[in-house]
Amino acid sequence: MREFEYTIKDELGIHARPAGLLVKAAKATNCRISVVKGNKAADATRLFAVMGLGIKQGDTVTVTCDGENEEEAILQMRSFFENNL
Amino acid sequence: MTVLHGKGASGGIAIGVVKIHRNDKACVKRAHIENVGAEIERFRSAKDRSLAELKELYEKALKEVGEANARIFEIHAMMTDDEDYTEAIENLILSQNVNAEYAVAVTSDNFAEMFSSMDDDYMKERAADVCDISSRLIKNLSGSVAKVTLFPENAIIFAKDLTPSETVQLDKDKIIGFCTQQGSKNSHTSILARTMGVPAVCATETELPPEFDGTEAIIDGSSGTVYINPTPDIREKMIIRQNKEIRKKELLQNLKGKENVTQDGQRINLFANIGGLSDLGEVLANDAGGIGLFRSEFLYLESDDYPGEEAQFQCYKKVLECMAGKKVIVRTLDIGADKKIDYFHLDNEENPALGYRAIRICLTRTDIFKTQLRALYRASVYGNLGIMFPMIISEEEISEIKEIILQVKSELACAGIPFNPDTETGIMTETPASVMISDILAREVDFFSIGTNDLTQYTLAADRQNPKLDAFCDPHHKAILRMIKIAVDNAHKNGAWVGICGELAADTSLTELFLAMGVDELSVSPNEILPLREKIRHTSIKDRREIINKFL
Repeated sequence: MREFEYTIKDELGIHARPAGLLVKAAKATNCRISVVKGNKAADATRLFAVMGLGIKQGDTVTVTCDGENEEEAILQMRSFFENNL
Repeated sequence: MTVLHGKGASGGIAIGVVKIHRNDKACVKRAHIENVGAEIERFRSAKDRSLAELKELYEKALKEVGEANARIFEIHAMMTDDEDYTEAIENLILSQNVNAEYAVAVTSDNFAEMFSSMDDDYMKERAADVCDISSRLIKNLSGSVAKVTLFPENAIIFAKDLTPSETVQLDKDKIIGFCTQQGSKNSHTSILARTMGVPAVCATETELPPEFDGTEAIIDGSSGTVYINPTPDIREKMIIRQNKEIRKKELLQNLKGKENVTQDGQRINLFANIGGLSDLGEVLANDAGGIGLFRSEFLYLESDDYPGEEAQFQCYKKVLECMAGKKVIVRTLDIGADKKIDYFHLDNEENPALGYRAIRICLTRTDIFKTQLRALYRASVYGNLGIMFPMIISEEEISEIKEIILQVKSELACAGIPFNPDTETGIMTETPASVMISDILAREVDFFSIGTNDLTQYTLAADRQNPKLDAFCDPHHKAILRMIKIAVDNAHKNGAWVGICGELAADTSLTELFLAMGVDELSVSPNEILPLREKIRHTSIKDRREIINKFL
């Protein structure tokens, strides 16, 4: 399993639109991607779960990737977060 | 007339007809299902129909309201297809042998509850999205067909709240405003109204009975007020305001970003007068070239004690940064017995206008003055600052001010605090004395700013606070116009530039004269900038002398 930490810069946090994009990006990887905030974790392919974390600007989240192509997937997720959140 | 009060969600005034919009929530009954497999199949095909509809809505919204607003339907599709949501529904059907409609309704409540209990205004509003996708599913399950609603012309939609799917299905050509009982500035209806550029009021908390359908209504999206069956008085008042706003919008569209230049090529700066940080939005929205008069009194009025250097510094810095290199002229403290502040402990005066005020206080209580100057000079490195002193009557006052500025500069330099040593300084020309010796004063400062309100009352010996004297307080009096001419000529001869920051600056019947005199800058309320720009762009100054002779 691979993981990285990221601090959210987007003013609205992970609101509906980027959450939707995240779900798309996570589905495209073939890995199990989770977003962890504090003691709550959400499967990144599930929109309601991701939005339910209530992630705001300034929150630090941990993103984990688990699966065969996790090396590649973690890079994709990192660049997704940097470009969109 | 019925008046409702809500929150303004999209500015402007709409005058039209009430169109009550009912959300026909399908009534969902719980039923016992034997063949759960078939029921799940029924749910899945309803879900597929929903997804197909949302795709169509996305395309429709894309054309009508743009991609940013259309995206919500993409999100709705994802929500409808979300595994947590669909699993919850299918589990309910399986485990409790209930009909799909009921399972959707229960799941909808649970998911909506998750959002409404979140500690975030934006997320709270997302409960409406859950309800929207769920009613779509229920509609597709029960096979009911959405009614086609006919709209009257100039319809103002009154609703509890509108879901995104409802808003996109509205006949937008006929809608001129929205009024919702619930919602906030973040609701879809509010966002849509702002995108469409129509007024909206939300959170009125009042349901309009059906008999109001078709009656006349006026909504004021700035104040959040709704008038139903308005009285002729109110109607007339609102029509006037609406016309003003329409004209303002037109001006904005035609004049934003244009130069303040006459037909024959003469340029003049148009700056804004402001009384606090909250005015900055208007300054930028109205395309001001700078701030010609920043009244610093509010810092003192809004405080219970003398405002400290740091607080003042932060405020000046913010204004300078917001104006991004455009000129910002701050007028130092201008109070007196008529604009009183408790902690200054000023005595009552018989004649406050001619009393212990403005620079007279600053030069006798130099601690207060120095704090303000230190804050100003510290802020000077964050933009293009000018400092201006009120109520000047003599060159000695300017020498005293310069002495204090020197002290401030050397203190800052010793402490290694950066400041701009070339910060422009100027005086308010608002006493007849300062006009009569304007040739001398102009050599001592970088600019004059003519304060026509005080100049009028001092020149005409007419108290501007006394309404009985209105007829005597005529700012078009030749004495005033000649005073302005003297000050402008003397300034230019002695290397200073001149602005006018009193109310006369916005008087378009005098714009031609000010241009002929060669005034360098006019500073007016933000909302007067564009009308003035329009006037300037339609003026031509062929024969200066002829124009000046006509007025003087």
